[in-house]
Formats: sequence, C-alpha cells, structure tokens
Amino acid sequence: MADYVIEMLNITKEFPGIKANDDVTLQLARGEIHALLGENGAGKSTLMSVLFGLYQPEAGVIKKDGQVVEIRNPNDATALRIGMVHQHFKLVECFTVLDNIILGAEPCKGAVVDRKSAKKRVLELSERYGLKVDPDAKVEDISVGMQQRVEILKMLYRDNEILIFDEPTAVLTPQEIDELMEIMRGFKKEGKSILFITHKLAEIKAVADRCTVLRKGRYMGTVDVKDTSVEEMSRLMVGRDVQLVSAKEEKTPGEVVLKVDGLTVPSKVHKNDAVKNASLEVRRGEIVCLAGIEGNGQTEFVYAVTGLEKPSAGSVTLMGKDITRAKIRDRSKSGMSHIPEDRHKHGLVLDYTLENNMVLQRYWQPQFQTAGFIKSGAVRTYADGLIAQYDVRSGQGAVTIARSMSGGNQQKAIIAREIDKDPELLVAVQPTRGLDVGAIEYIHKQLIAQRDAGKAVLLVSLELDEVMNLSDRILVMYEGEIVGEFDPKTTDVQTLGLYMAGAKRM
Amino acid sequence: MANKPMGARLGNMKSATGTLLASLLCILIGLVVGFVVLLVLGAVTVAQSGESMSFGDLLSTTWHSGFKAILHGGFYANANVMGMGVRMEILQAAPLIMTGLSVAFAFKTGLFNIGAAGQYTVGAYFALYCAIMLKLPWWVCLLASALGGAIWGAIPGIFKALLNVNEVITAIMFNWIGLYAVNTLIYQAGTGPMFNVNTTKTHTLAAASPDSMLPTFNVGNYFGNMFKPSIGIFIAIGVAILVWILINKTTFGYELKACGHNKEAARYAGINEKKNIILSMTIAGALAGFGAGLFYLSGSKEWEPLVSTILPATGFNGISVALLASSNPIGAIFSAIFIAHITVGGGFMTAKLFPSEVADIISGVVIYLCAFSLLFKGSILKLLGGKTKEAKAVKPAKNPGKGGDA
Amino acid sequence: MWLLLKYTLLYTCVLMLVALGGMFSERSGVINIALEGIMVIGALLGVIMINILNAAGVHPVLGVIITILCAAIAGALYSSLLAFSAINLKADQTIGGTALNLLATAVAMVIAKRVNGNDSPKITYSSNTNPVLNANHFSFQIGPLTINWFLVLGIVILVAAWFILYRSRFGMRLMACGEHPQAADSVGINVYKMRWAGVLISGVLGGIGGMAYVVPAVGDWNFEQGVAGMGFLALAVMIFGQWKPVNIALASVFFAIFRAMANIFDSIPFLAALGWPKEIYNMMPFIASMLVLAFTSRKSRAPKAEGIPYDKGSR
Repeated sequence: MADYVIEMLNITKEFPGIKANDDVTLQLARGEIHALLGENGAGKSTLMSVLFGLYQPEAGVIKKDGQVVEIRNPNDATALRIGMVHQHFKLVECFTVLDNIILGAEPCKGAVVDRKSAKKRVLELSERYGLKVDPDAKVEDISVGMQQRVEILKMLYRDNEILIFDEPTAVLTPQEIDELMEIMRGFKKEGKSILFITHKLAEIKAVADRCTVLRKGRYMGTVDVKDTSVEEMSRLMVGRDVQLVSAKEEKTPGEVVLKVDGLTVPSKVHKNDAVKNASLEVRRGEIVCLAGIEGNGQTEFVYAVTGLEKPSAGSVTLMGKDITRAKIRDRSKSGMSHIPEDRHKHGLVLDYTLENNMVLQRYWQPQFQTAGFIKSGAVRTYADGLIAQYDVRSGQGAVTIARSMSGGNQQKAIIAREIDKDPELLVAVQPTRGLDVGAIEYIHKQLIAQRDAGKAVLLVSLELDEVMNLSDRILVMYEGEIVGEFDPKTTDVQTLGLYMAGAKRM
Repeated sequence: MANKPMGARLGNMKSATGTLLASLLCILIGLVVGFVVLLVLGAVTVAQSGESMSFGDLLSTTWHSGFKAILHGGFYANANVMGMGVRMEILQAAPLIMTGLSVAFAFKTGLFNIGAAGQYTVGAYFALYCAIMLKLPWWVCLLASALGGAIWGAIPGIFKALLNVNEVITAIMFNWIGLYAVNTLIYQAGTGPMFNVNTTKTHTLAAASPDSMLPTFNVGNYFGNMFKPSIGIFIAIGVAILVWILINKTTFGYELKACGHNKEAARYAGINEKKNIILSMTIAGALAGFGAGLFYLSGSKEWEPLVSTILPATGFNGISVALLASSNPIGAIFSAIFIAHITVGGGFMTAKLFPSEVADIISGVVIYLCAFSLLFKGSILKLLGGKTKEAKAVKPAKNPGKGGDA
Repeated sequence: MWLLLKYTLLYTCVLMLVALGGMFSERSGVINIALEGIMVIGALLGVIMINILNAAGVHPVLGVIITILCAAIAGALYSSLLAFSAINLKADQTIGGTALNLLATAVAMVIAKRVNGNDSPKITYSSNTNPVLNANHFSFQIGPLTINWFLVLGIVILVAAWFILYRSRFGMRLMACGEHPQAADSVGINVYKMRWAGVLISGVLGGIGGMAYVVPAVGDWNFEQGVAGMGFLALAVMIFGQWKPVNIALASVFFAIFRAMANIFDSIPFLAALGWPKEIYNMMPFIASMLVLAFTSRKSRAPKAEGIPYDKGSR
C-alpha cells in the first residue's frame, strides 16, 4: 500500500448536458510528480477544480492522508495545503505582484494590511526557489512567464504541499519549459507532491513518475511513466492510433498573394508598439506560419492585416492591391478569409442560429437578399449544404443556436464558412486551440487542402508541433518583431525556442 | 433528418411560451405587490382614524375602492362615464407602444435606451411647435416629432460610438437637458408664444391649429358620446408591425442584432458597428419622439412647462413595456395596453385612500422582476419538461466562458 | 459670495457622499445606477423621522443623529433590493437599478401622500412647523458661513473611504472582486459577500446623501421631483473621479459649483445681469458632466468586472 497524500475516488461531476467526470479515480503518492493526461475536453480541469473546491462532485470521495475530507471552496483546499496554478492565470491585472500573492491570505496589523512583512517573505521565497519576480510591478506590465512565477509563489506563500499545475507549459518557450521542469523537480525533492495536467506526452516522459489518463470524462487507468511508451499513452488518451504528422506533397510556391511591409501597430495595453516594422510575404501554394509565445504581437499583426485594428505605419498588399486602409468588408471581397483566434469573441454570433452564422460574411450578397430583405429560404439551403459538406454536427441542424454547439463543431462551422468563400488568402489563427485530436486532424487536412489548391495560407500558432508539421516556412515573432525565418525541414523546436524567447535573432 | 427542423420549431415555440409565461408571472407578482401596498395603506388609514375594522372588511374596501379600479383600468364602471376611461386608456396606450418600441429597438442592438423620456419630451416640443407656431397639417407635425426624438436619440448614440461614453449615462443627462430646454423654450418667463398664461399650459390645438390634430374615429355610442379617440393607436400598431419586419426580415435588422449580440463578431463580419449604434439610437429616438407626437397631437393634453419639472412617465414606462414584451415589437402592443390599463385604473381609485402612484409601484416592480425574468423562464421551461433540447440550450448561455475544455 | 460658498459646500458633500457610495459598489463589481432612488428613500425616511422626533420632543443633537442613522439604514435596506437581484439572481444591473429608481419615486409619493393624509407629496420640516427638531438643526455657523453637519460627516467618510480602499484587507478584497472575481474566488474570497458589502455601503452613503441634499437647504420637500437627477450627477462625479476617493472629492467640488449657481444666480450681480432663465443654470451641471465625460472616457478605467454577474459555475 503506497503512501497516498491525496486520493480522489470514483468522482462524478455533471454539467447540464454532459458528464465532465464519470467515475474517475486519481491517487497521488507523497513526493511524486503525477501527470494527468487527456485531450482537450477530457475532464482534466474539471477534476482539478473539484479537488480545489471550485466544483462539488455529484458522487465520489476525496481523501487527504487517508482521511475523508470535504472541500467546499478554495479556503478548504488551502487549509489542506492544496494549491493550484490555473491554466488561465487568476491574477488581478491592476494589482501589484505582491498584492496578488498575498490576496486572500493577507498578513494584517490590526485593520491594516502589513505589506512590509509580506514583501520580505515573498522575496525570501523568490530567492530560495529561483523564482525571479519584481514584487512592486503591476501584473499587467509583466511577461507571461513572470505571471506564472507569481502564480507559483502564491502557492508557496501559502505553504502548500500539494501543487497542481494546470497546462502550465502552453504559454512557455521550450527553454522556459525546461526551467519549469527543473523547478518542479526541486519541489519534489522538498517532499512536495505535484499534479501536472497536460496533453503533451514528451513533457510527461521528461518529468512525471506516474500518469493517470482520462478520455471523454472517463478514467482510463494509471501507468508508470518509465515502463510505458509514448505510443501506449497516446492510445490510452485518444482510443486509437493517432497520425498527427500530416502528409503533404512538395510544392513550389507561386506568385505573392499577401505582402506586408514594415507594419507597425500600436498596443492597446501598453505604450510601446505591439508590432514593430514587421514584413512578410505569403505566396500561392504555401503555408507560412507565424510562431511565437502568446502576446508577442501576433494577434495585433493579424488584426492589422484583417482590418480589425489600424496600423500606424507600413502597408498591406493583397493580390497587388494596397489594402492597408481598406474596410474589413472590402478585404473580404478582395479574397481574404479569416479564421479568428477567438471563435467566441469574433468568429460567431453565439446567440444566432447556425444558419445565420453561416452567412455572416455574405448575408449582403444578392444570393441572400433582395432590396434589403433576407431570403430565408436561400439562407437555409446554403447552410444545410455547408453543414452536410463539412460534417458540422449540432442538435437541431441549421436552426441550432451556435452557443449550444461543441467547440469542435463551432470551429468546423467557421472553417466551412471561411473556406467556402473560396479565398485567395486564408488567415488562420490558432485554428485548433482547445479541440480534440479528431477535430485537429480534420482542420489540418483542410488547411493543407487549401495550400494544395494553390491558395496562400497564413497560419498563426502557439503549438510548436503544429508549426513544424504544417508549415512550409516559419517566421518567429518576438516582442512585435519578426526575428527569424526557418525551413521546418532544416530546423528544430529547440532552435525555434531560442528565437521565440528573444535569446537569438537573425 | 427531416424531423429536425420540426422539433426545433417546437423547441422555439416552447421557448416563446416560456417567455410569455415569465412575463405573465412578472405581471402577477407585480399586481400582488400592488394589492399588498393598497392593503397596508388601507390599514394605516383605518388605524389613523381610530376606527376598527375586521380584516374581511378591510380586504373588501381595498378591493372595491382600490384594486378593482386598477384591474378594470379604463373600463372601471364609476369612471367610465361616456367612454372617458376607455378613451384615456387608448390615448395613453399609443405613445406607450411607441416608447416601448423605442426601448425594445435599442435592446436589439444591445443598447439600453433609458433616454426615451427625453426623446419624448423633445418630440413633443417639435410636434407642438409645428402645430401651434407653424400650423402645419397633422402628419407633418407627426414627422417633426419623430425628427425631434431622432436628434435627441442620436446624441447618446454618437457619444457611445465615437467617444466611448456609456449610452445610459449620456441618455440620463440628456433627459434632463432636454426637459429644461423644452420648458425654457415654451415658457420664456411667461412670454413664450406657445404659452397660454391663463392656463399655464401650451395653447390648445383645438384653438390654435385644428388642422394639426390627429383625425378621430367614432364607433357610435358603444362607449358613450365622448368616445372619440384619435387614429393614434392604429398608427402605433402599424409602426410596431413595421419595426417587427425591420428587425426580423431585413439585412439591416440582421446587422443590428449581430451588433447587439456580439459587437466584435459584427465588426469581424465587416459590419460597421459604430454606424449601427448611431442608427439604432437615432431610430429608437425617432420612435419615442413619434409617440409624443401621437399623444400631444391628439389634442387631449397640453404641455405644462411649469408643472413639468418631472420627466414624462411615458418614457420610463416604455422600459416596462419593452421588458414585458421581451423586446418583441408585437408583444409591445399588448404590454403597452396593459401598462396603460393599470395606470388609468390607478387614477380611478379613491384618491383620499389610495394614491394613484400605486400603479407606478406595480410598473416599477414589474421592471424589477423583468430584470431577472430569464431566471423565471429557466424554471418555467423546467416545469414544462426540462429535458427538451431548448432547455439545455438556455443553460449554457449563462456560462459563456465555458469553451472547449470541460 | 458666502452664499455661493454655502451652496457649493452643501452640494459638494451631497455629491461626494453619494459618489463615494457608488465607488464602493462599483469597485466590488456592481453598477449602481439606483443611487438616485436610494437617495430618495433615504431623504424620505430622514424627513419623516424629523417630524416624528419633533413630535416626540427629542433633544436636537440626539434627533440629528437618529435621523441620519435612519436615512442610512433606509438606504441600505433599499439597496439590498439591488444587491439581491444583481448578485443572487444575476439580473441585469442597469435594468434592476432603473426599476429601483422608478420604484423609489412612486413609493416616496405614496408614502408622502399618506403621511400628509391628503393629495400633496410635499413634506414640511421647517422651523415654522417643527419647533423642537427642524432643518436648521442640521447646520451651524462659522462667522458668516453656514456649514451643515453632513459636510463634517462627509469629510470623515472621505478619509475613511481612502483608508479602507487602499490600506485595509477589506478594501483590497473588494477591489479584487470588481476587477477579477474568479481570481478572488480562487483564493477563497466570497465574491457574493464582498459585493453585498459594496452595495450596502453604497446604500448607506446614498441614503445619507439623499438626506443631505434635502434637509439642510430647505424647510420642505416635494417628493414628486425625487432628488432631481442628483444621484445621476453623482454617477458622473464618480466616473470623472475615476473611482478614486480623492479624485471624487475634487470632482464633486467642480460639479457642486455648477449646481450651486442655479440656486443663487440671481443674487450674483453679473450673472443676474445676463438675464438667463433659471433652467439654463439647472441644465449646466448636466451639460458639464457630458463635456467632462466626452473628454475623459477614452482614458477612463472602470473596474473590469463591473456589470458582469458573478457565476461560481463559470470560469
């Protein structure tokens, strides 16, 4: 009988419409690094939220040191010395680093928050674990990497002995990931127990002792990492063999479709420019990938290319036509399609029906309206066609409210709409974010089909696997500048990482 | 597959039923609160006069000299001499439909038009100016009232679209600015040409410009001789149908709703959301102003620049109308008639015992309840058989953050 | 000139009290557009208590304290309607607040009429009718200048508000709830409780502010006009003051000067010479607030999560 510090036994958690966790068991041994593996939507975050007291399970028990405990809220979790670094950081942006660390556990002198002694303690912890932060900086001014260190310090400040990391590597460069692994090993040496949530097998191999696998909310088993191959874990996670390396034929790129020259975009959050003097070209029959860590100007770059934001300098040319100042609708008419980064913010009107979303970019075309009156029959026919062709699944077909659809099918609907416009240029920003493997494979195939059909594709992705797999050329963006250009066949992830972190530039 | 749209239609119908039942529940609770208020007022009066009264008698008094009037509205027997009550109800319903449409229209674009009162005020001034000063025919005066409202509605739209000022704040400020401006312009320290010193009101249209009055219709002696309402109510119903078509059948309506649901997505789709915000508020303002035209051109009431230091209630009641109708233009017709009904009824209560503002309390309670009527709708749908797909579709709406990873 | 100062101080303290109340509510994440209605209810209860205590023959000092307390409690109770709908029922905060504004005027009319026993919503509490406790007891003289006790109270509250917001644990947690409630929740702060606290504080200050507006200045009040948009001006003051106590205090002085001019323009020679009607002066604070908002709103930094109901289930 192993010494388990935390046991979650037969946990079931339901949300309206789905069972996010169905009879899931997870046992965390003292002083181990335990990976929790599963696809997007497999229920990992839900399970951890249950452990952290954010959700109450419908069934199942949680034991700490063999005793049954009830965790009704994060206070209970903290009292049990459980801490969590959330996937989306829970930091108050206009507060200082120090205030964020002590929030909820403030040392007080009478009624006054004792920031002086708190600062001393934070600096000690920061020193001891090599987590460099500036306690007086505001969170909105610091890098994503430092924000993660703030989250880790939050746990250490509370003397947590069980540390949950929810997808911590998604926002880091390969080098930063190595650093994080080192820090995790350090925690293990100190006797802390770590739960490490991820869907990246290489990271599990690198750092974890054991691994629990979830698939579609169900418990698939727990394996010893050193005795299990990557392929076996992958099969457990997905339920079949995965062919994520997409085959694509050699092609020589044709004429230039998109030409961006010296583009500069002011930032909305800070005083500097988000994009600085960036230039690139995308030709027919190639996928050009803009790689980089989140928040290095890719979003603003795409906004300026697609017309959502105005650049302060530079030019954008599509098929030889200057569209720097063109309206969004005119860009669309000139042959640009845009699969946006955030499908809920930009991609869909969530409270519209699926059919109304399908015509979002073309409801004004004569096909769908006469004299300002919408031809609802034509809209329905068109939407039904796309739904069948792209296999978009929904509860009620064309009249389904988009909000009630799954993320994968929402994304498929957007891709159907954008590709069916038969664009010259397809701008795809993180098209597979948050999707399961089946949907990812499908979307990758669609992007390659566009390339093979002689279209120009500009892909923005944070996933280096996706970048290496799909692109014909890779451009790395760091702090708003394009700092390197690579051929995926002759470079590797480590090299890209150095450029992404700003350690090297061409 | 062939069955699916059918099932969906059923789901939508169920959702519509839920909306309707939720509104009815709001009304019911509002009326109950109104009754309790009357009951308390009655009890206080009795206690003050030192008499004693059994609870049964108290209930009966409250019912007969108070609540019955509210329920019967314009049809209240004692007051309905010669069709007065019904006429008043129809007279008030017409502008209420318009202000309700005004608020509902803005809601469709995701804007809260709390400025209907100010737009109504300016619309009234434009209508009365064209009538009393320029002696223009009624339909020109009506269009002028819409123009006045449109200008006052456009201002919050422009502030919102170009300067990023919340439309609620702007509209509130311009309610007051509009009110003070109109009163100053009419009164002019007693020398205003539109101002009648003897009545301290504007000149009556019957005296100043009979051509500017809305035509009336007569349905014989059914409601009595005084029942000669203007055609205003029909115009209002016609406008409601036009607004319904505009919102549901046109590309313009498609764009407005897209902006209302998701401004960013609308922008992404190449819709000029700033233009739409301004247009939406302008149209909303025009609707409210038009309502004032329908009311003041009926010739039944004059503007009182001295007493009117209070914003017209019709503007704010438009909010109740729109909320009760869940912003459905056709629904606004019925909810406007309801609000007019209880307001008129409130005036028929025995004033010494029951202040007429009890009707306003009911209206206020209704808005308060409407603010969370989605919650009612959810529970009603559950009662109707919560396992329908539609019921599920309602739930996730509450956690928009719930994306791919569950 | 003393008169201008008197009225400016009077309106400064009203606007500051109410705007500080709004600040606490919005810092916790709840838009409080119901301030106008809260003021009406506070003022109504305040003046009714004056008359009751006058009839009971209470010592004026005690009377002043009790009436202000009553106004505060009435405001807090009324604001709890907003808190309940906005926090527990996750209702639209603007609509809920609007409902409470309309309801407040209707309730005040009904109660005022019943208190009078006739059809007039005007309540009198001047020295003519109230020998024991009346409007005059809420002010004192320093030389030629009349100062009311609400101003003293307002300054104390201003200092306290600054201290609570920036130095205390409560303030830190309150602001976290208005900026990023999920973050606050994840460190064990009860967002619902903090938001209730924020709204209730706004009710207390709004109630006192309503009374401060009505009582020291005049001897009777017609509740038909509510508080004539003062609550909305306080909202503008709060925005202009960028949700910060000291800035709010300065902003309220600015607006108070405009508001005071409407009262005394005819006693200032050069303004009287212009011959403008009173309405122009009544309009001025509203026009001023629009100009100020037009120029400042681009930089304006409202609490990030304000207006968004917090749902524990969502992430």
